[in-house]
Amino acid sequence: MHSRMFFDFARRNVRLHWLRSLLAVLGIIIGVMTIVSIGILGNSLVLSVSDSLSTVGDSIIVIPHAGGMGFGGGGSVPELISDRDVEQIRRAVAPLVTIPVYSGSSRMTIGNEDTVGVIYGLQSDDIPILLELAEGNYLRGSSSAMAGARFAEQNDIKVGSRITVGDKGSLRIVGILEERGMGFDINPDSGIVVDSRWFEDAYSPDGYGLVIVKVKDLNQIDEVKEEIERQLNRRETVVDVIDTRAILDTILTAFGQISTFVTAIGGISLIVAGVSILNIMLMSVTERIKEIGVLRSIGTKRQEIRRMFLYEALILGLIGSGIGGALSIFGGYAVSIVMLQTTEYLFVPSSLIYIVYGMAFGIGISLLSGLYPAWKASNLNPIEALRHE
Amino acid sequence: MEEEINRICSNGSIIRFHEVSKIYPLPGGDVVALNAVNLDIEPGEFIAIMGPSGSGKSTLLNLMGCLDTPTAGVLCIKGRNTWGMTDEELTELRRDHIGFIFQQFNLLPLLNALENVQYPLILKTGNRECEDRCREVLAAMDLEESLYSHKPTELSGGQQQRVAIARALVNDPEILLADEPTGNLDSKTGTAIMTLLDDLNQHEGKTIIMVTHDPAIAKYARRTIRIVDGRITATEG
Repeated sequence: MHSRMFFDFARRNVRLHWLRSLLAVLGIIIGVMTIVSIGILGNSLVLSVSDSLSTVGDSIIVIPHAGGMGFGGGGSVPELISDRDVEQIRRAVAPLVTIPVYSGSSRMTIGNEDTVGVIYGLQSDDIPILLELAEGNYLRGSSSAMAGARFAEQNDIKVGSRITVGDKGSLRIVGILEERGMGFDINPDSGIVVDSRWFEDAYSPDGYGLVIVKVKDLNQIDEVKEEIERQLNRRETVVDVIDTRAILDTILTAFGQISTFVTAIGGISLIVAGVSILNIMLMSVTERIKEIGVLRSIGTKRQEIRRMFLYEALILGLIGSGIGGALSIFGGYAVSIVMLQTTEYLFVPSSLIYIVYGMAFGIGISLLSGLYPAWKASNLNPIEALRHE
Repeated sequence: MEEEINRICSNGSIIRFHEVSKIYPLPGGDVVALNAVNLDIEPGEFIAIMGPSGSGKSTLLNLMGCLDTPTAGVLCIKGRNTWGMTDEELTELRRDHIGFIFQQFNLLPLLNALENVQYPLILKTGNRECEDRCREVLAAMDLEESLYSHKPTELSGGQQQRVAIARALVNDPEILLADEPTGNLDSKTGTAIMTLLDDLNQHEGKTIIMVTHDPAIAKYARRTIRIVDGRITATEG
C-alpha cells in the first residue's frame, strides 16, 4: 500500500539524520518520564493520604459552636458541650453510639523526663470502639492510662510504666495504642488516654471538648447530622456538626488538584520536546525542498507529502513515548521510594494509567509538532522547489 | 464557453496551447513569460524547444507537465481541458500520463535504482509487488542488473539518467518531457541517451518534448520550436 511506502520513506529519513532524531527522541523520553513519574507520585500521595485518613471516615463530630468569630463577634472562647447537650445528642442519634470526649493537655513526667502531651478522658466502655490496642490491655479502673504509639515510643513508655500528670497524681500505663495517624476527632498518638472519671476528679471540667457519633452506614451521615442540628441548634447555634467524610473528600480533592497541577508542569517539558521536533522537522523540510519538488513532479499528491512528514513525526513520537513509558516505571519507582518510602501505590491501576496518559500525550504532541512542517512541505510550489539548490 | 473550450481541446492533438499566456506578478512589474502562445503537438511527435535563457521555454515545459497553470488561454492535455482542475487532478494527470526527465537526473537519494523506478508505479497502483515491471523497464535502458541495488550517488551520470528515464517510463505515459536531458553528461554518454530517447519515440510511439540549447542534440527531434521573449518565433522540420 501507499502508506507503507511513505512510512518506509519517513523511517529512512529518521535514520539518515539519526543524531538529531535521537536528540528529539530524547526530549520526548524525558518529557514522558517527567509527567508519568510526577503523575504516579501525585496519585501515590493521594492514595497514601486517603489510606491514613480513611479510618475516621465513618464519624460525625460535634464540637462547641465557634460563635462570635469573625464580623461583629466578641471573640469569646467557645464553650464546652454540657452533659445536657450530650444527653440530647444521645437521644437524637439513638441507637447509634455517642462518645463524649474530654480533652486537654498537660506537663507529664516519665521517670526523670519532663514532656508535654495531650490527655483524652473517655468512658472505659467507649475506648475499644474508638481505639485499637497494640499491646497490654484496655483501661481497668480509674488510676490507669493508655499511651499513644508515638508518645510511648518517644518517651520510652512500656506497659507497666508510671507517668505523673502535672500535679494531679500518678497513673500506671496498662496499654499502648495502635498508631492512628491523622484524624479529625482525636489524636492520641502523642498523648495519653485516661478514664473519664479520673479526668473529672483531676480537672473538674465544665463540659466535653467534643462528642463523636459513630455511624454504621455511611448513607446515614446526612440524616444524622441534620437530626443533631435540629435538636441542639433550635434556638441558637450551640454546636457545629462536622462530617469527617466531607473533610476527607475536601482534602483528597485538594491533593488531587495539586497533583494534577504538578503533572501539568511536567507536561511543559513535553511541550518543549514538541518544539524540538517542530524544529528538526522544519530543518528537514528546508533541506529537502528540491526532493519535495521532484516528488511532486513525478506525481506525488499534496496529501501524500503531508502524510510522509507526519509519519516522520509519528515515528519520533512512538519511539520516544515507547521508551519513555517503559523507563517511567523506574522513574515512578524512584520517586515513590524517595518521597514516600514505599512502592505499594506504584503497581495499582490508577497509578499505571499515567503511563498510558503520558505516552498518548507524547505521541499527540509529536504529531501536533509535525503538522506545520508537513503543511509547509505539501504547499511548496513544485516549480520553485525543483529549482531550489 | 465550455462547449467552445471542449471544441478547442478535441482536435486530436495530444497537447494544445490556445492563446496561452503566463504572467508572473512581481513587485517591480509583471513578467510576461508566455505571450498568447498557440501550439499543437500531435501524438508521436519528437519536438525540441530552443531559445535563449529567460525566453519562456521552461515555462512552456512546466505548463505541459501540469506543474503550473496558464494565466490566460486554454491548455489541453490528451484532449482534456486543464483549466479549473484541482491540484489533485493535475497531479494524477502528471503521474499517469506524463514522464519527466531532468538535467540533474533528480533521483531520490534515499532509494536505490530499482526503488526509484518503483516509486511512481507504487504511487499509481498502491501495489508493492511490481518488481518485474521495473526490472523490465530498467533492462530496456541497458542498465546492468548488478547496479539495481545501488544508490544514485554510487552511479555515474549516464547510469543515473538511464534510471531516471526508466522512472519516467514505468507508468507507461504517452508524453515524455525532457529538460536538457544531456546537459550534465559528456558527449558520448549524451549520444547514447539521445539514441535511447529516439528509440522510445520511433518504436514505442512516445511523444517527446525536449528543451535544449545544444543544436546537435536538437537534431534528434523531428521538429524544432524556437521561442524568444515568450513568443514562438519559428517552427522547423
